[in-house]
Amino acid sequence: MLNNQGRPTHAGTAQPSARTFTGNRALMMEEALIFETGRLDVTGVDIEPPAAFTPSLGGLERRAPLDLPGLSEPETMRHYVRLSQKNFSIDAGLYPLGSCTMKHNPRLNEKMARLPGFADIHPLQPVSTVPGALALLAQLGHWLTTMTGMAAVSLVPKAGAHGELCGMMAIKAAIAARGEAATRRVVLVPDSAHGTNPATAALIGFEVRAVPARADGTVDPASVAALMGPDVAAIMLTNPNTCGIFERDIVAIAAIIHEGGGYFYCDGANFNAIVGKTRTGDLGVDAMHINLHKTFSTPHGGGGPGSGPVVLSERLAAFAPVPFVRKSATGLDLVEHAEGQSFGRMSAFHGQMGMFVRALSYMLSHGADGLREASEDAVLNANYVRVCLNDVMSSPFGERPCMHEVLFDDEWLKGSGVTTLDFAKAMIDEGYHPMTMYFPLVVHGAMLIEPTESESLAALDLFIMTLRDLAFSAKRGETGRFTDAPHLAQRRRLDETRAARTPKLRWTPPEVAKAAE
Amino acid sequence: MRYHPHTKSEREAMLARIGVASIDALFADIPADKRLEGLLDLPHGLSEMAVERQLGALAARNVVAGSVPFFCGAGAYRHYVPASVDHLIQRSEFLTSYTPYQPEIAQGTLQYLFEFQTQVAALTGMEVANASMYDGSTAAAEAVLMAHRLTRRSKAVLSGGLHPHYAEAIRTLTAMAGEEASLMPADLRAEEDILAEIDNDTSCVVVQSPDVFGNLRDLRPIAARAHEKGALLIAVFTEVMALGLIEPPGAMGADIVVGEGQSLGNGLNFGGPYVGLMATRQNFIRQMPGRLCGETVDAEGRRGFVLTLSTREQHIRRDKATSNICTNSGLCALAFTIHMSLLGAKGLRQLALVNHARASALAEQLRKVAGVEVINKSFFNEFAVRLKGSASEIVETLAESRVLAGVPYARLAPQAGLDDILLVAVTETTTDADAEALIAALQGALPC
Repeated sequence: MLNNQGRPTHAGTAQPSARTFTGNRALMMEEALIFETGRLDVTGVDIEPPAAFTPSLGGLERRAPLDLPGLSEPETMRHYVRLSQKNFSIDAGLYPLGSCTMKHNPRLNEKMARLPGFADIHPLQPVSTVPGALALLAQLGHWLTTMTGMAAVSLVPKAGAHGELCGMMAIKAAIAARGEAATRRVVLVPDSAHGTNPATAALIGFEVRAVPARADGTVDPASVAALMGPDVAAIMLTNPNTCGIFERDIVAIAAIIHEGGGYFYCDGANFNAIVGKTRTGDLGVDAMHINLHKTFSTPHGGGGPGSGPVVLSERLAAFAPVPFVRKSATGLDLVEHAEGQSFGRMSAFHGQMGMFVRALSYMLSHGADGLREASEDAVLNANYVRVCLNDVMSSPFGERPCMHEVLFDDEWLKGSGVTTLDFAKAMIDEGYHPMTMYFPLVVHGAMLIEPTESESLAALDLFIMTLRDLAFSAKRGETGRFTDAPHLAQRRRLDETRAARTPKLRWTPPEVAKAAE
Repeated sequence: MRYHPHTKSEREAMLARIGVASIDALFADIPADKRLEGLLDLPHGLSEMAVERQLGALAARNVVAGSVPFFCGAGAYRHYVPASVDHLIQRSEFLTSYTPYQPEIAQGTLQYLFEFQTQVAALTGMEVANASMYDGSTAAAEAVLMAHRLTRRSKAVLSGGLHPHYAEAIRTLTAMAGEEASLMPADLRAEEDILAEIDNDTSCVVVQSPDVFGNLRDLRPIAARAHEKGALLIAVFTEVMALGLIEPPGAMGADIVVGEGQSLGNGLNFGGPYVGLMATRQNFIRQMPGRLCGETVDAEGRRGFVLTLSTREQHIRRDKATSNICTNSGLCALAFTIHMSLLGAKGLRQLALVNHARASALAEQLRKVAGVEVINKSFFNEFAVRLKGSASEIVETLAESRVLAGVPYARLAPQAGLDDILLVAVTETTTDADAEALIAALQGALPC
């Protein structure tokens, strides 16, 4: 997750660094839209036309024109390969986006997800023909509940935010079952939370009440106690929190919530820091989503597909949505229709099977030993970056160990004329993806760095030296390196104000666009 | 562990630099009595070869759709995906990149999202589309909430031709949000009087075409009545390929169009990941959920793309956001866009025609089988048949002889009283031999 704080720029004011006839700069290619190069009478797929037959379209044949050009296969390959070359990626470089966990994506997992026995099975083919699929769901569930020490899991949610929705709907159903739907309407959310937390609570009719943070970035049980009351349904707390710190009073907070009759939702976005080190269930959590695309390294894919299974405590297990797999005397049953207290169905089919295969492949590869080592190396790397930068950058909460990500503020940039955004954009010229910026909101000019366990010591050292060089440069007042950055990327800063003021969300033929003006 | 670069001595050197004696010192904030001392009760890590052996054994226990005569649809369709599609989506730069929040180094993702939005808008006949949703069912649920925001009303009417999973996803979300969605009875022949259900409190009416039984619906009278009452028409589809051949919902007055895009570029994958499509009118975009990619220029005046109108979204608006949605279905949207770019309008139309022709041929053959009644007057590549007997039992019987005959409607809605209804889907991947195998198997299983 990342805040989008792009400043407006002025179109056409910067000087191009080099002029070529094509606009290309060696390997950096300009690429037209398919609508500008494709032709309406071209197709890259050979299809045998059907023999004459009588259609049964009920008089609803398409009359509206469909102006979508086609491309031959070589044109298609070149177009999308060129587009791919305009992207930064984990495979190409260190991607220190705090809270996003950009770790290595093992290719074995891709291969496993493409086994026809997983990739080419239908969600509604007879259950008797997919015992291997049910076994995979059960096995993944076993790993997730064992790692978290929780009673049950729902594999249904399609992403982290969908998992939050699932967990909060289970809580809402549990409260309704107690007859308190009308009275318990408030959800406590710390200011440092991901935006999805308050958005999720509000989406299903809860009122959001903010919990302030202590000076060290953690939540004070006393603040929770002060806000707790018979109107509170739940707290949504991220642990480790978005400042990269383990909430050391989490057990006390859970007790306050439970004693007051509420539920404890834990945002598991940062679960990757603590796998094998502690179990969520032992901390008093009632529900937690697990982003398989973070902790278990299913590829982010440029923004999805994700997968967000939710582990549930004994108290919430009965409210889980359908479908789910249940052990029976004869093996595994697939329960597809709500029974008892289940809150029902939140999407079609069984969840993100393709992601489940990848995540289980990751788990089997690591094992209990490798999973713990992954958490330890992630925390080790973040702390290494912290101690190697804390003499030049400032930390909002003093010099204390962090978990898997390290947070700096912009105090050290004061008076330099360089902002967090400028500093991050200068990292692009150095071949790095920027860190997460301006998140969490509770820290001024936040820079959240998550190196992950995938980075070697040599890679970390070069990254650290680069950031130190940039930091000294900013402090020396070399603002030109920052305020116009990036200078060397595919594009200079984009005019985001113009994009939002006059939204152009699809291509239109030039003559149509002109006529519209 | 093959994915972890550090050696033992490197770890020790790093701990020394940090100034702690052991790695556990960095986990000191975890309450002492809650720390795990030993390993989790799970197996040790495995080599690539060993993992492949284990997962391969699980995969081998499933009956692969492509290995048998196969007629399942009902919201997920088996189409042929060109080899170049799967190759391209595995490019590192697409596969292992994050959401394009840094547009200077993410123009690849942003440009294909712009192409995707353009293609979806054209297919649905709408003005704009977003950068994708999780799947068709969640897109439908979000569309209903969007209609409630737009109309400031909170009563949706759901057609009885709507896929039961979609109806349930909508009803779960609206009920949790304290809103209403009334579902009409299962509508086998598209005969329901939905116009009578639309009144001055109705926020939106949700109609699927082709519907879950395969019937094609003329949306124009429904749109007219909805608009007359100040309500919106949400049109739903589960088979995007149909839009190559049938009139798009946008041309029939729909205000919001949502559907499943899996058929283009994406395999069955036991139900996910898929790609939800959502399109609407230009003046509704500020109430639209999900990501939007827009065109702009960079500081040198060159065309570029950015994520835009993010003031609708959770990371800016928090509890005032249009939705809690954060991720979209990026890589599945890319597969969709590449497949659509290969096809073009010409290829899509031809492919859709092949689907319709093959389905028509099978329907014709089934009409001649004793104990089978084809229900539909109109359909695209899927239709409903009434069997003499329980469809679930007959499907099980046929599965034993390795013919996957389709989806019994009762699997989706056991309470609907339509136990004898089977949904049969046919695509370009269905061969004449498959059709013959189905006919023969049905003749063997049905009482004469």
